[in-house]
This record gives sequence, C-alpha cells and structure tokens, in this order.
Amino acid sequence: MSTYGFWFLVFALLLVFSALAVISFRNIIYAAFCLLLTFFSVAALYVFMRADFLAVTQIVVYVGGILILLLFGVMLTNKITSFFKIKTDIVNIGWGSFVAGGMLFLIASIIRTVSFANLPWAKNAEKTNNVLKDTDSTVQTIGVQLMTTNLLPLEIVSILLTVALLGAAYIARRDPTKGRKTLSK
Amino acid sequence: MLISALLTEIPVYYYVVISAILFAFGLFAVITRRNAVVALMGIELMLNAANINLVAFSQYDKTLLSGQMTAIFVIALAAAEAAIGLAIVLNIYDRYRTVNLDEIDTMKE
Repeated sequence: MSTYGFWFLVFALLLVFSALAVISFRNIIYAAFCLLLTFFSVAALYVFMRADFLAVTQIVVYVGGILILLLFGVMLTNKITSFFKIKTDIVNIGWGSFVAGGMLFLIASIIRTVSFANLPWAKNAEKTNNVLKDTDSTVQTIGVQLMTTNLLPLEIVSILLTVALLGAAYIARRDPTKGRKTLSK
Repeated sequence: MLISALLTEIPVYYYVVISAILFAFGLFAVITRRNAVVALMGIELMLNAANINLVAFSQYDKTLLSGQMTAIFVIALAAAEAAIGLAIVLNIYDRYRTVNLDEIDTMKE
C-alpha cells in the first residue's frame, strides 16, 4: 500500500471514529471537540479529492465559524457548575438506531447496485480529459464559475446571508424595555 | 483487493461509503439527543456527508466543477442555519431555562 492510500485510510478512519465519538459522548464539550476532528478530517478528504479551495473553506467556515458558534451556544445555555458536567441525555435509542440503521441499509443497498468501475459519464470524462489531476488548481475555475454560471445563486446566497445574520442578531438580542423574559412555571 | 485499489487513485466508491456512514451518524444524533445544540451538530454532520458526495463526483467535471460550486453554497447556507438556529436556541433558553427538545412544548406564554 502506498503512502497515498495509507494517509487516505488514516483520515477516513479518523473521520468515522470521531463522528462516532460525537454521537456517543454524553458530555457536550467532548462531543464539540470531536466534531472539530471530524471537520478537519473532512477537509483532509477534500484535499484527496483535489478540492483545494473547498478544503480551506471547510477549515475557515466550519472550524473557525460554525464550531465556535456551537461552543458559544453550549456555554450560554447551560448552568455551568463544572466544565465536566455539561451533559445531555440520550433518548429514543431504539427509534434512533432503527431510523439511522434503516437509512444506512437503504443507501448501502443502492450503492451495491451501482458498478463504480464503469460509470458511463466517468468513462466519458476520462476520454475527454475532464478529470481533475493532482496538479490542477480549482481556484480559478471556481472564481470564473461564481461570476458567470452561478452568478444568480451567488447573489441570492449573499442576500440570504445578510438577512440571516441580521435576523439572528435581532432574535438573540435582549429586549431592553422588558429585561429578562422567563416563563413562570 | 480493496487495499490494493488504493495504490495511486482513491475510487469514488470509498467516498460514497464514508458519506453514507457519516449521514447515518448525523441522523442518529438528531433523533437521540435531547439537547438542541447537539441536534444542530448532527445536522452539520449530515450536511458534511452530502458535501463529501458532491465533491467526490465533481472530480469528473474539471471544466464546470458543478459539484464543488453546490458544496460552496451548502457551506454558506450551513453557516446561516447555524447562526439562526443558535439565536433561536438562546431565545428559548431565555424563556424556558432549558434547551431540552422534549420539554419545549408551548409556542405562546
């Protein structure tokens, strides 16, 4: 086995086992840090798929943005007495394993019917020299695509991001006239 | 035989299998966790699984990179979803003093 395949296996196993840790740790902080490993391994897989720009985007947006946001959410919604006591219950294990296992079985049975060795469009791409090589950079193609074919989605997503972030700031702010609102039980 | 296929080129098959496993894990997290923030983590896992598939098949599309373009938009929408979701969770915590999904059962005080 080559070094290439070896490192691929390392990152694939790291991805699967860190995701397994995310769903099995009861401590939310541990789960969040395992999610960090998962996001990094996904970025590594992007590198193996020659998606250099997406790998960097994955690290910047997921690890630098979303994960920090999730950690803030954990810290702000728990009465923290000790760092090790931020826990969540695991409920519905029967239904959860049934639905998730059923979904995995469904996808696996679909994957088994496909013969990946001779996909017609993959053969076609190889024939027309349309397959990404190790030396290719995707950055220029992505930039050109964003300004030509995908210009309308780009504009829609930019407006949606502005609206979503303004809306999030509006929803999460504390109402200055009423003070803290608590439902009386 | 499976290992010898990894000599120079990783087949798409591997990525599809990995993303199926990741998707099942994310679904399991969403269903079984009581804490809303951990359910959001499960949603992020599922979005990542979908992205792995998109990027894997995008290798055969060098000139257009449609799969990678879609993955970029998915990442942007995931960021917006996380921000909105956490804002709602913070508001729910302000009102109910809990973020356990099964205890939040009224929409109006």
